[in-house]
Amino acid sequence: MRRVLIANRSEIAVRVLRACRELDLATVAVYSEADREALHVREADEAVMIGKAKARDSYLNGERIIAAARETGADAIHPGYGFISESAGFAAACEDAGIAFVGPPASAIAAMGDKAAARRLARDSGVPVVPGGEVTAGDEALRVAEEIGFPLLVKAAAGGGGRGIRTVRDTEELPQALAEAAREAEAAFGDASLYVEKLVEGARHVEVQVMGDSEGRVVHLFERECSLQRRRQKLVEEAPSPALTPQTRAAMAAAAVRLAEGVGYTSAGTVEFLVDRDELFYFIEMNTRLQVEHGVTEMVTGVDLVREQLLVAAGQPLEVAQEDVRVDGSAIEFRINAEDPDNEFFPSPGTIEELELPGGPGVRVDTAIYAGYRVVPFYDSLIAKLMVWAPTREQALRRGRRALRELRIEGVKTTTPLHLRLVDDERVRSGDVHTGYLEELLATGEGEGVAA
Amino acid sequence: MAEDSTIKAPAPGTFYRRPSPDEDVFVKEGDRVESGQVVGLVEVMKNFLDVTAARDGVLATFLIENEDLVEAGQDVATLTDR
Repeated sequence: MRRVLIANRSEIAVRVLRACRELDLATVAVYSEADREALHVREADEAVMIGKAKARDSYLNGERIIAAARETGADAIHPGYGFISESAGFAAACEDAGIAFVGPPASAIAAMGDKAAARRLARDSGVPVVPGGEVTAGDEALRVAEEIGFPLLVKAAAGGGGRGIRTVRDTEELPQALAEAAREAEAAFGDASLYVEKLVEGARHVEVQVMGDSEGRVVHLFERECSLQRRRQKLVEEAPSPALTPQTRAAMAAAAVRLAEGVGYTSAGTVEFLVDRDELFYFIEMNTRLQVEHGVTEMVTGVDLVREQLLVAAGQPLEVAQEDVRVDGSAIEFRINAEDPDNEFFPSPGTIEELELPGGPGVRVDTAIYAGYRVVPFYDSLIAKLMVWAPTREQALRRGRRALRELRIEGVKTTTPLHLRLVDDERVRSGDVHTGYLEELLATGEGEGVAA
Repeated sequence: MAEDSTIKAPAPGTFYRRPSPDEDVFVKEGDRVESGQVVGLVEVMKNFLDVTAARDGVLATFLIENEDLVEAGQDVATLTDR
């Protein structure tokens, strides 16, 4: 492996590029018409324009991406996260083209991509799942609903990443939720299959990072807690979770490894769980790619996950052995989104007039913005990931506050003011949160102006 | 009698005339619209924002095509009294 095409944009493209550089791998960027000025294009050894601004015409156009790899002689493609990263078809097309896909085998992506099938796999591997089941007809949904009880969630089998989900509080709401979810799933994923799950209220979102190689070795790198979410989109993530007993932590890690081994998993992946108030855990889904929040795991374990991904894709064994993986200290990530937290998170694309990034001990910023850069409206609102590490969680929170105060972004609204509020919030400080907590806080917040 | 006016995009992004690809358009040219009625969507950073008429009237002409890129505040359609 000598030349890696990075099939993504923004901060994750730059993150992957950095790992390539450190391994002396040449880099090829791809970009859309809207991304001519993007940092990943400037930084890569070469860059190929692959289409129009709309993702469907560029970053989601697998054929064009593989053609770009051929044109430039790239022998590997790193998909980053989002876009084509969880497309089994794309991974298979890379395999057919003799290009190394920096991710798991197509078969593992497919096995986990159908969320209903993944539930069955988990159950068969002895991993607990949230009570629920697949639905093929309305009356079947009603039967499952009566069995598990309300409230429940209707989810798209082909979904993931928090999209295509409806909450249902009683029997009357069920038919409409099923119809809406099916329509949305069909439009978004081309597959109207649904399943229902009991809504575990007051639960925490805890996920286990796994990493596998082609020799069949799978290791875990402990967990991340991602309970601070708005509309099922994570805003703050940390490692380790502040709320697990050593027994639960070990049981979850073992379950994640078992599941990954069961599908012949290689490369980086994340097994997501809900943990209820009694510390019982339930599998939700597996993300078969690098995760946005992988950096906090890197900070507490010292393992470079993208480096490991590239080595595994080149056919080498993992550098890291399970017994060497330790969690040292505490790391927290704050997602800096171009959104206005004082105005219902209204999207705020625009030109970065001024930029000052924080620094000093224990601070890491992954971003692709620069002063003068125009944040375009066509893609995700994530513009920077501010991560901090400290020996203890208390110190990490203080360091987070210090770094957030140092961060200065002029020209677009960002989520920074919300993060500054969160680091001083008593419940956040004590780690006593669940997946609904942030929305509750926003609903009752003074001067937040948030209706929902 | 109110003057002719326009319907503007609330944010920059991609303009859509339909709620989803296989559904009908929100409104056709020549349709009567009420204040606050949704006539299109703008997709900005994975969010879909409503494009609404600011007053009652008749949507005379769309000034841009479905899936065109728009700037914030750009005129999307003209609104007349009849």
